[in-house]
Amino acid sequence: MTVESAPMVSGSLIASRDKAIAQKLIAKRYGAERRFRAYGVAAILFGLVFLIALFGTILARGYTAFVQTAFTLDVNLDQSAFGSSSPPSQSDLMMADYEKLARRALFQALGVDPANKADAKAAQDLLSANADAQLRQAVLADPALVGKSVRVELLAHGNVDSLMKGQFDRSVSESRRKLSDKQLAWLDKAAASGLLGTHFNTGLFTYGASSKPETAGVGVALVGSLYMMLIVLLIAVPLGVAAAVYLEEFAPKNLLTDTIEVNINNLAAVPSIVFGLLGLAIFINFMGIPRSAALVGGLVLALMTLPTIIIATRAAVAAVPPSIREAALGVGASKMQSITHHVLPLAVPGILTGTIIGLAKALGETAPLLMIGMVAFVVDFPKTPLDSATALPVQIYMWATAAERGFVERTAGATLILLAFLIVMNVTAVILRRRYERRW
Amino acid sequence: MLNVTSPDVERAVKTGSADATKVTARNVNVFYGEKHALHDVTVDIPDRGVMAFIGPSGCGKSTFLRCINRMNDTIPICRVTGNIKIDGEDIYDPTLDVVQLRARVGMVFQKPNPFPKSIYENVAYGPRIHGLAGSKAELDHIVETSLKRAALWNEVKDRLLDPGTGLSGGQQQRLCIARAVAVGPEVILMDEPCSALDPIATAKVEELIDELKKNFCIIIVTHSMQQAARVSQRTAFFHLGILVEEGATTDIFTNPTDQRTQDYITGRFG
Repeated sequence: MTVESAPMVSGSLIASRDKAIAQKLIAKRYGAERRFRAYGVAAILFGLVFLIALFGTILARGYTAFVQTAFTLDVNLDQSAFGSSSPPSQSDLMMADYEKLARRALFQALGVDPANKADAKAAQDLLSANADAQLRQAVLADPALVGKSVRVELLAHGNVDSLMKGQFDRSVSESRRKLSDKQLAWLDKAAASGLLGTHFNTGLFTYGASSKPETAGVGVALVGSLYMMLIVLLIAVPLGVAAAVYLEEFAPKNLLTDTIEVNINNLAAVPSIVFGLLGLAIFINFMGIPRSAALVGGLVLALMTLPTIIIATRAAVAAVPPSIREAALGVGASKMQSITHHVLPLAVPGILTGTIIGLAKALGETAPLLMIGMVAFVVDFPKTPLDSATALPVQIYMWATAAERGFVERTAGATLILLAFLIVMNVTAVILRRRYERRW
Repeated sequence: MLNVTSPDVERAVKTGSADATKVTARNVNVFYGEKHALHDVTVDIPDRGVMAFIGPSGCGKSTFLRCINRMNDTIPICRVTGNIKIDGEDIYDPTLDVVQLRARVGMVFQKPNPFPKSIYENVAYGPRIHGLAGSKAELDHIVETSLKRAALWNEVKDRLLDPGTGLSGGQQQRLCIARAVAVGPEVILMDEPCSALDPIATAKVEELIDELKKNFCIIIVTHSMQQAARVSQRTAFFHLGILVEEGATTDIFTNPTDQRTQDYITGRFG
């Protein structure tokens, strides 16, 4: 068929085809497009459902961890409890029997006769074992209070806390319950009269580990995690950026460089527990750094984050157009000047995003930290990275295995805190990426 | 219009003749790995004038241009043999500092590529890293002079701190020319500087080249024969990696000696 005799497609073929066939084809096409869209929406809904279920469960279980039950008592700081000298000496203030003072105040408030031994025992069990320490802290802060009557909030026992949060089952028979009928009666009366109430649980953020849920908090874990994140920043970022810049700009394209690249990509996918084993073998056994120190945790996490930062930096540096490098060289800049003055500043947003995402990942890592022994029961805040510390996800793990009722809500509460950090970090990374995208 | 203390005037006084040869190339061969891209190129390029390299795509003119400021060094598989001298100095001498060479031989690229910094910073970057200005006032002066030389000063003098990438295409290219001029080069290489610009911007840049040729040795690679005819005094025709013919522009375009040159000019190919 020569060019001149072929029919013009736009003129006759499409317009003259069978209408019925055309309709069927069009309907089929629309149907297929609708189904395709529906699959996409269904997939998103599926993911959303699970996401909502996850968050909902944790939120429902954990929100009560942010309030804590306490007795509001008028404690009479009788001079006789603080020794004979006036004003009392420091050792008098430290050694006074605060437990007795607190108990006396409680007995008075609840209307319990101290002579009745059984009653007295039942009543003092309603206070947290830590109540004496709280009272001591208040007096040490202001020694002028001695001899006066002072209103303090003293933590209630974990069982009382569970009762106030509605987690206590009253229908179980008395012998199998943690709180007897008499105790329940006192507590109901105390709650009604305002003696017993809940307040925001700042202790969740400031306390360290404890065997009692009412005095347990993530404070130490937060500080430990902070130390580790700082170490990761100080070690992984400079090393990662330097390695990536070398690989991208200076390394010759040969087999050795290819091998290194493949290995770095693989390291990014290695299970984190392997890094824990590495840390155990090298940092603890070989180098002798104290076990469960934040330094070891930080070093292990830094090694884990290094491949992520290298890969992100390489991508950011490679994304800088070669025309900018050529322009810099053309003006008489050396290769190093072109990299430090032009390429790196333009790659910084990408490096930053990769770093934040790497840090967020490191924040939530538990397995390697378990391997290097950061499962310690740490009560005091670590002062240096060489002191014992723990990390937030590890603390969650430890609380999840604890027996007390109060730890169930604290596990979920600490999970909420961890999730809050992760969400903030990831959202920051996304905002930064959007803001600095394609500035040239 | 010329600042009496500017470095090019000093140079003019030193070298004397305006037609002295600036760049000499002898038997230059360029290999990209196994591929032999340029064969035995030998040419003399005079100072204070414009030399145009013309030829069809892929004939090696840009490759030869990039040899003159050793930009081909950035390509690992590229190998250059032969001899290129500027003012009698061999630029492929191993003891020569390439970075200094590139300050003496400026380059303007095909697609305008201002730094993503302010207009002031774009022009000031070169002088700053080469230590050409002792104080901020001197640097300001260099920036102003360069922007005036590039016929851009009046358009940007009120917004020197605005980003250079916010200018129009033609203005960006003139900014790149100002940037190249700011370091006080002796030779300016231009690799198809107008191919990404509209006709009016092209005309402005060609006017600029006309002015600049009074003080610099300019080598321009161009696809447009009309541009070569308008702008240059000498022309070299490249074809398949060989320098076929070179001479005065008027001679090449009216009376070429080689048949290939004749064919290219009359539009038979390319």
